[in-house]
Amino acid sequence: MNSLAETNRFASLAAITGDRPGVALPTPWRGGLAAAAAWALTAALTWAWPDLTPWVRTGLLALLETGVALFLAGAALLGGVRLAAIHPYDRWFGALAAILSLWQVLTAKTGLLPLPFFPPPQSILEVYTDDAARLFESVWRSLVLLIPGYVIGGALGFLAGVSIGWSKAANYWGHPVLRFVGPLPATAWLPIAFFFFPGSHSASTFLVGLATFFPVAVLTASGVKGVNSAYYDIARTLGGSERFLILKVAVPAALPNVFVGLFMGLGSSFAVLIIAEMMGVKAGLGWYLQWAQGWAAYANLYGALIVMALLFSGLISLLFHVRDQVLAWQKGIVRW
Amino acid sequence: MVTTLDAPVDQGLSIQTRGVGHWFDTKDGRLDVLDDVTIDVAPGEFVALLGPSGCGKSTLLRLIAGLDAPRTGKVGADKVRIVGPDPSRLLVFQDPTLYPWRTVRQNVALGLEATGQAKGAQDRIDRALDLVGLRDFAGSLPNELSGGMAQRAALARVLVNNPRLLLLDEPLGKLDSLTRMTLQAELVRLWQDARFTALLVTHDVEEALLLAERIIIFSPRPARIVREIRVDAAYPRHRDAPELQVLRREILVSLGHDHEL
Ligand SMILES: Nc1ncnc2c1ncn2[C@@H]1O[C@H](COP(=O)(O)OP(=O)(O)OP(=O)(O)O)[C@@H](O)[C@H]1O
Ligand SMILES: [Mg+2]
Repeated sequence: MNSLAETNRFASLAAITGDRPGVALPTPWRGGLAAAAAWALTAALTWAWPDLTPWVRTGLLALLETGVALFLAGAALLGGVRLAAIHPYDRWFGALAAILSLWQVLTAKTGLLPLPFFPPPQSILEVYTDDAARLFESVWRSLVLLIPGYVIGGALGFLAGVSIGWSKAANYWGHPVLRFVGPLPATAWLPIAFFFFPGSHSASTFLVGLATFFPVAVLTASGVKGVNSAYYDIARTLGGSERFLILKVAVPAALPNVFVGLFMGLGSSFAVLIIAEMMGVKAGLGWYLQWAQGWAAYANLYGALIVMALLFSGLISLLFHVRDQVLAWQKGIVRW
Repeated sequence: MVTTLDAPVDQGLSIQTRGVGHWFDTKDGRLDVLDDVTIDVAPGEFVALLGPSGCGKSTLLRLIAGLDAPRTGKVGADKVRIVGPDPSRLLVFQDPTLYPWRTVRQNVALGLEATGQAKGAQDRIDRALDLVGLRDFAGSLPNELSGGMAQRAALARVLVNNPRLLLLDEPLGKLDSLTRMTLQAELVRLWQDARFTALLVTHDVEEALLLAERIIIFSPRPARIVREIRVDAAYPRHRDAPELQVLRREILVSLGHDHEL
């Protein structure tokens, strides 16, 4: 959207200076062409250079690389402003192609890096084609563990934070608890949680909730405490009840802080989720990692790590997206 | 700009302060701010408070608004002791402090929302926005406004509630002189229409002379009443009127400016 505005600005600039009369043809995206060439070269390398010991998915890999090359070439020549958002990433596209080539040369093509620790990209591709069901199942199980715990922990943390930030009594009793217990990493509760809860699932939900609860509670409380007292003065003179002051003044004013807490809570809930899956739940991506390690299936290990990175960074992006919607009034806050 | 708010309020509130003294406990000890302030304001009267910066004018308005309680003495409205804030006594703060998460319109609607009258009050909000010339910015966020626009929005946020007492803490301080003159005239017209009681804190001697029926002059901190001056001229007043010029000189002398500026 930004770059679109940029393009328009340049277009009108050109119109003013008159150095490009009439409707200009869209100039091809040069970086995109270069990246497309890099991907085409990588595809050629994958296809033409025989593997040391043949991998099943080398053909598919070459096909996918060709697909990326064609996409980039298309975007460069025909995409116009519609795909302008990806233009700044042309060097990244090129670099990825280079990395993929180098990786194959060092592994599948020459065997300079030893198996099983350094699987070639085609073997990771093979994980996605041949073990997709198990991976999907693991992603699903992880989400089922993560999301309820996160939502419950976040909601309770928010309520506790507002209470502690607002009420003197809640602060007197709650604040020392937050100070004392809060710094414990949620993973330290693991043995106790698995002992007290009826099943490993509920224990993990509790741990994820705990990991979310503390940062959200601490930051919400400090957000509510830090609200400009003039905001309250205004609402009080205008006849606002205590309920109005909390809901319409304290909470909206503290929301930026709440989102910082939610962000921190999300990060620590990822950590506790993976550990809980490894230690007790026997399902989910954490368990998949451990299972793969047990079989020395390093391709599966890397494959799962990539899925995990996509999943977690996707969740954080989602949170930031929600934040940007809710706090649209705020400008210049932390970018993700 | 022919805009009025709703029907005139029943009547302006009267204000009584009796021997009001106030101080703040700071880390350097006790800071005396008000010293034996006794004022009577009649219902519907327009009174200006003049005094040097930091003498305690805003503090006095906060006491009358019911935001703080005086350390000594009594503050009352209609001869009833003030124990807390009330939407019949509204204060336009020195800083506009709009809620940054609300649009101008939502900021203006705040009081109606707080007292459960927001539904069906869109007309009233529109008129208040017209009055301060912000109708076109109803959907803007406070950080998109200039300082003067923010101050006008803060004025609308209070006026929309038809207060019986309007406490104004330098509400026009950040405005350019032209907007300032327009709003001064609007304020007089509004006051004549709605008959609320007005208490205006200002640094501007001319503004006090144009708007107020009575001017109370305070000493430097701790604020004591130095002098009260009646301004009998009929409204609308003209800033060049000779009788106002005479009063202006008198006031400047009371404020310690005996030399001609
Ligand atoms: N909450 C507070 N705590 C401590 N001191 C305060 C507080 N509020 C005001 N003061 C002090 O009281 C004195 C009077 O403040 P006040 O805001 O009433 O002055 P003012 O007459 O409105 O000044 P100005 O015209 O500059 O706005 C000042 O010296 C100020 O530092
Ligand atoms: Mg002041």
